[in-house]
Amino acid sequence: MKVNKKGLLAGGAIAIGATLVLAGCAGNDTETEESAAAEGGSLTVWVDSERVDALQGAADAYTEETGITVDLVGKDNSTIKDDFIQQVPTGEGPDITMGAHDWLGELSTNGVVAPLELGDSADGYLPVAINAATYDGTVYMLPYAVENIAVLRNADIVPEAVGSFDEMIAAGEEAGLDQPFVVEQGAEGNPYHLYPFQTAFGAPVFGSDENGYNADDLQLGNEGGQEFAAWLASEGKNGTGNFNTDIDGDIAKQSFLDGTAAFWLTGPWNVGSAIDAGVNVAIDPIPSPTSDAAQPFAGVKGFFLSSESENKVAATDFLVNYLGSEDVQLALFEAGNILPALTAAAESASSDAIIEGFATVGQDAVPMPAIPAMGSVWQYWGIAEASIINGEDPSATWTKLAEDVQSAIDG
Amino acid sequence: MTTTTDEGVERAERASGTPPEKPTKRQRQAAGIADQASGGIGVLLVKILALGIVDAIALYALFILVVNAEWLIAGIVAAVAIFVNWVYFSRKRLPAKYLTPGVIFLAVFQIFVLAYTSYVGFTNYGTGHNGSKEQAVGALMSAALDRVPDSPTYPVAVVDRLGELSLVVTGPNGGVFIGGEERPLEPASGAQMEGGVAVGVDGYTTLSFQEIVSRTDEITELAVPFSDDPNEGALRTPDGRSAYQYTSSLEYDEAAGTMTNLDTGVVYTDIGTGAFTSEAGEELLPGWQITVGFDNYLKALTDTRLSGPLAYVTTWTFAFALISVASTFFLGLFLAIVFNDMRMRGRKLYRTVLILPYAVPSFLSALVWAGMMNESFGFINQVLLGGASVPWLTDPVMAKVSVLLVNLWLGFPYMFLVCTGALQSIPDDIVEAATVDGAKPWGIFRLIKLPLLLVTVAPLLIASFAFNFNNFNIIYMLTNGGPRDTGAPIPVGFTDILITMVYKVAFTGQMRDYGLASAYSILIFIVVAVISIIAFRRTKALEELN
Repeated sequence: MKVNKKGLLAGGAIAIGATLVLAGCAGNDTETEESAAAEGGSLTVWVDSERVDALQGAADAYTEETGITVDLVGKDNSTIKDDFIQQVPTGEGPDITMGAHDWLGELSTNGVVAPLELGDSADGYLPVAINAATYDGTVYMLPYAVENIAVLRNADIVPEAVGSFDEMIAAGEEAGLDQPFVVEQGAEGNPYHLYPFQTAFGAPVFGSDENGYNADDLQLGNEGGQEFAAWLASEGKNGTGNFNTDIDGDIAKQSFLDGTAAFWLTGPWNVGSAIDAGVNVAIDPIPSPTSDAAQPFAGVKGFFLSSESENKVAATDFLVNYLGSEDVQLALFEAGNILPALTAAAESASSDAIIEGFATVGQDAVPMPAIPAMGSVWQYWGIAEASIINGEDPSATWTKLAEDVQSAIDG
Repeated sequence: MTTTTDEGVERAERASGTPPEKPTKRQRQAAGIADQASGGIGVLLVKILALGIVDAIALYALFILVVNAEWLIAGIVAAVAIFVNWVYFSRKRLPAKYLTPGVIFLAVFQIFVLAYTSYVGFTNYGTGHNGSKEQAVGALMSAALDRVPDSPTYPVAVVDRLGELSLVVTGPNGGVFIGGEERPLEPASGAQMEGGVAVGVDGYTTLSFQEIVSRTDEITELAVPFSDDPNEGALRTPDGRSAYQYTSSLEYDEAAGTMTNLDTGVVYTDIGTGAFTSEAGEELLPGWQITVGFDNYLKALTDTRLSGPLAYVTTWTFAFALISVASTFFLGLFLAIVFNDMRMRGRKLYRTVLILPYAVPSFLSALVWAGMMNESFGFINQVLLGGASVPWLTDPVMAKVSVLLVNLWLGFPYMFLVCTGALQSIPDDIVEAATVDGAKPWGIFRLIKLPLLLVTVAPLLIASFAFNFNNFNIIYMLTNGGPRDTGAPIPVGFTDILITMVYKVAFTGQMRDYGLASAYSILIFIVVAVISIIAFRRTKALEELN
């Protein structure tokens, strides 16, 4: 007899009468589900709590048209992935969950997601979104938003956009700033925010082929990587000091809001607080230290279909033919203020200068690798960059990083 | 208290010296009522109310569990509920009345958690081994479907004849075809067209969208061979409106229990490791969950990657726990003695202020300390030390010192409280007698106060040791184990204790290994338990003092 975890937990909780836990474990309102199934089925959709309202309209409209009830369950963004992985095999999970494309490796290795056929509608999405939704040559996600970092410029201090990285620093110093450029790091580094500079030197993490990123082709330690490491050291503690591991997210934010920094490399999630603080914000492309473009990571958000869903037909229909529509994508954009993944919706959203700024940078963005091998990269990457910034030998540190990652991937 | 006639008779019998007979049924009832009433009607009401609440919750739970078909758990809940009622409604079973609540709580919060953790420790539960074999096969097969490149989208209608489903397909040139499971597409006659798309065929019933939804399982299984040539693949419809042409790169042979990759010809077999494995040792993931015996424990103890770090992490864990207990205890004790002196004014105020660190949640204070200890921007370096750059959290030795300092700050108020209480329970006359005998203050403290204090406090020190041994919060919040040991093959840092190292090993990146993590947890539990048991036995000796 297979006892699933939820049942055991429920039992334990019940025995002492923790009614709250009980209610949670009873979950998903089995009774309503069964009665709804008789009328034409129901779908359970897990959504990031902040976006429930944005989706509610689409869900109601879908119910009206097809008679299929859509239950939106608001979930905490930090636990939604692990909950999904743990609950799908028990049969208690949702039919659809909202998530980020870099979960794909983990979800697919655990066998909890089903492929999604976008059919002809695939051409309507931004190429980077489709690229990110594809894993091992198969599409698994309906994309709804694309997110990338860009440089926020305080237009009151530096009125004009700048060209290269050195010009940016020069412009800031002319305005009399000690630390004109800030980017969040921290004791363990933050490779996500440094990646655009790394790509500018021609050192992506992995090479890619027609199936997406190729885990057997680690490009991190190539010659460009070595050049990047040398440049990073020259901009670190023993050099210009433009990169500092003591600057974490809060300190970077505070410097920009106080006007002690004129340039802040960050994502759309921080624009709101800068505008609220009265900063005259302009969004610029990321100034490159080389002649090549600085390409940040693109993170694509979307919806996944559970492999154990008992309502795959309705779920697929709801995702592809409904959530893929321009109106719904725009509604989600209103709620989250990030660029829609559907080209038509992205164009109407780009009338906003801020969104347009990020979208311009996003044209150069590359999808963050979702392959499980990426996990091995993250655990060494930031630490290596942090120690280079703090004055370790760049060439030796970078070489060791590439070796460590390679041996972790080889297991 | 009522004097019944029975009792009058009884008394009369006793007075006349005849032995009492067995009490009649009515007498027993009367005795029962008297017995109940003697406890007071209020107590009885409270008892009935409390049991009522318990039973109501149990019934609600049973209802939910039966609806969800969780029979085993429902059985356990029912048995426990019946047992509780039996214990409290019976007039005997006094020990059980005292023990039952505690035992239930113990079972739920300790024994169950421990048993479940050990169970997981014997499985390969983790990334890639997450569900049942059946689910893994389903996931592999659906992921192996590849859409034929450049194949068009075919509008379809799902039709039914005698319970068997078929697809009516409109070709790109307007031709109408029909086919079903094992029945390749063939031209259909008598098609009903709507806007250039076939919506049905004579002799078949077209399914409405609701019907399609209610027969989801059949439709997702439905694969209509494109032609007699199997290499051309099959048509499948994910949403009942459009169909696409797929070929599969995997073939599952249920009888032989093998997966064959049709592109490379490699055969993957179930060799009992919880995943289909090729002869070359390559695994197809997802696999499934199986029990693996003591493999996780072996891996935990013999993993070559861990052997180096494990030694110094274990040493540091013991050092951290011991130094934390000692430092907090002695600081707390010192302050308690100081504020226990009657000659000091404003003791209450001082005491209140000293408790404050204990009142702030440790999560929060650890994060605040981490901010204050920032090398370039932190309050300590910038304000207190006038712009010094002490690497509080980034130098291996300083980080250890910082962790101990912050833990001292977090932990001394507790010891202060405990010692204050214990000191006040030491009778003054002992101290006076010692003074009369000419003992110096230090002697009084060392020979009289401390031993008496330890009788009370020793068990708490052991508990504090066990708590600090697994003090995940402070390490994770303050340094996250850093600064990282860049020479180690695993992402371990110089302030990592065992529990945070296990967390990193088991949950790094995308490869979760719950089985290994559980095995480690059990090992750590055994270490702490053994130390605690030995320590408790030693402290028994202290009680001889009284």
